[in-house]
Amino acid sequence: MVGTKELIKNLSVKHGIERKSLLPILQDIVEKENFLSNDSMIEVARILDISAAEVYGTASFFSFLDTEARGKYKIRVCKSITCDMKGKNETIKCIENILKIKVGETSKGGRFSLLETNCLGWCHKGPVMLVNDEVYTELTPEKIRETLSEYIREEK
Amino acid sequence: MTTHINKLGYIFSKDCECDDILKNTLAKTKDEVVSELIKSGLRGRGGAGFPIGLKWKFTASQPEEVKYIICNADEGEPGTFKDREILTQVPKKVLRGMALCAYVTGAKKGFIYLRGEYKYLVPHLQKNIDEFHEDMKKFNIDLNVEIFLGSGAYVCGEETALIESMEGKRGEPRNKPPYPNQFGYLGKPTVVNNVETLASTMIVFRLGADVYNNLGTKDQQGSKLFSISGDSPKEGVHEIELGMSVADFVNEFGDGDTKAVQVGGVSGFCVPRKNFNKEIIGEGNTTGGSTMIFNSSRSMYNVLHNFLDFFAEESCGQCTPCRVGCQQLLKGIEAVKAGEKSPKYLDQLIKLSKTMQITSKCGLGQSVTNSFTSIVNNFREEMIY
Ligand SMILES: Cc1cc2nc3c(=O)[nH]c(=O)nc-3n(C[C@H](O)[C@H](O)[C@H](O)COP(=O)(O)O)c2cc1C
Ligand code: SF4
Repeated sequence: MVGTKELIKNLSVKHGIERKSLLPILQDIVEKENFLSNDSMIEVARILDISAAEVYGTASFFSFLDTEARGKYKIRVCKSITCDMKGKNETIKCIENILKIKVGETSKGGRFSLLETNCLGWCHKGPVMLVNDEVYTELTPEKIRETLSEYIREEK
Repeated sequence: MTTHINKLGYIFSKDCECDDILKNTLAKTKDEVVSELIKSGLRGRGGAGFPIGLKWKFTASQPEEVKYIICNADEGEPGTFKDREILTQVPKKVLRGMALCAYVTGAKKGFIYLRGEYKYLVPHLQKNIDEFHEDMKKFNIDLNVEIFLGSGAYVCGEETALIESMEGKRGEPRNKPPYPNQFGYLGKPTVVNNVETLASTMIVFRLGADVYNNLGTKDQQGSKLFSISGDSPKEGVHEIELGMSVADFVNEFGDGDTKAVQVGGVSGFCVPRKNFNKEIIGEGNTTGGSTMIFNSSRSMYNVLHNFLDFFAEESCGQCTPCRVGCQQLLKGIEAVKAGEKSPKYLDQLIKLSKTMQITSKCGLGQSVTNSFTSIVNNFREEMIY
């Protein structure tokens, strides 16, 4: 918690303590801590001098501001229609097999979370996934295996 | 069979010439710039299709000192990816468009509202913004541009929801009026323009308003980017003169077995094969430029289910017709498919979607009926069996 307090203090210096600073602060916390814990939202509320309910209410509106514990690497697979047509389900199955987690779950040790998301803006190159901010297009089982094994290796 | 598709290359032409275009344009008075934009017929490319010249004029006429420009790069409409391509290839055009807007309206602060899904673009854009700040000194344009990142909410593409989220709140659309050009970001007059609209101003002033106006049809002037995806051997972003029929479009971009084209994204209309000759792309349908092509192997029930799932998830939940309506439409088609409800129930669902059109607060809830009605009416048997 000391770490979180320190982080939020630094972020309030970077982004300011006005209401309009809220989204950038929450985005940076998610980047550092993978999700918004209750403690971090309460601390943000204290620093911005608004109620914690306001912070939670805002955070829970946005799908990228996770209020549930997530892994270090968030895999978001596009489920919009053209990606669906090009094999989204196979993509999900392949990732589930490799990581041994289902959609919505986080792997043991908190490395990976697997999520579905709406259009990622790469419809002509589906199926597509985001791993944190990185885009991976035209996924095949081989490409998925290669990509994920790099993340797995990097972690060790 | 001849194909009447005029492919153009204006938007993605090299953007190094922009500074010359901007220089020549800044030699005109603000009124001249506005009237040329109006004359060109250029309309918003983000979906609503409002004439850009009028929007800038209204904002310019506001007495307030502080004004803002927001470039809407939220691009969340499924099937749309042209703004990402513009920001990747010709970001200078977008920024020069913002500079021109600053000249006309007097705004000194601008934002690019970039969807979180495109965060990887930040370093590239920031580099261009830094150069822009440097370059603008020689034109005496004092516009500071900053990137604001979205966080994964489709409705934040709606201009007032976008502004709410920038103010640190839930991205719930506001009542309009007042429109952003009167009461926008932090209550100040604000121009919100789509990425492509801003880039297109550079084309208007490169070609001249008259030449630009001659492109397209009576209804829709100019050239337009189309994001083409689905069952097509030519998926990608294509710049096309407005006014082609869906039939010509399908001849050019289909795979020979096209059954339906979804024009204008999930919020747009589904055109079935029998209407390919009747429908003109850009007339009466939305201008966002998403076109998804489905061939005869596709189940239109699955397509509609996917769309409704999207709406139910992305509805901000602020108003009841949209929040409950999206869920009921989804449950409704599932019940008909499962045989739990009679096929007649589909007509009741269509009525519900029409009610949503009249009673919803923003374009999201209002436009669900577009795809719902056009898919259910044209592919009724697929909904039932
Ligand atoms: C639900 C919804 C989502 C929208 N998403 C976008 C978007 O992603 N990008 C965009 O430019 N406009 C979007 N719009 C339209 C904007 O509200 C606004 O009309 C537009 O940004 C104005 O710019 P333009 O006049 O240049 O088109 C959306 C509208 C609605 C109702
Ligand atoms: S129509 Fe839907 S998205 Fe728009 S304000 Fe109402 S609930 Fe929100």
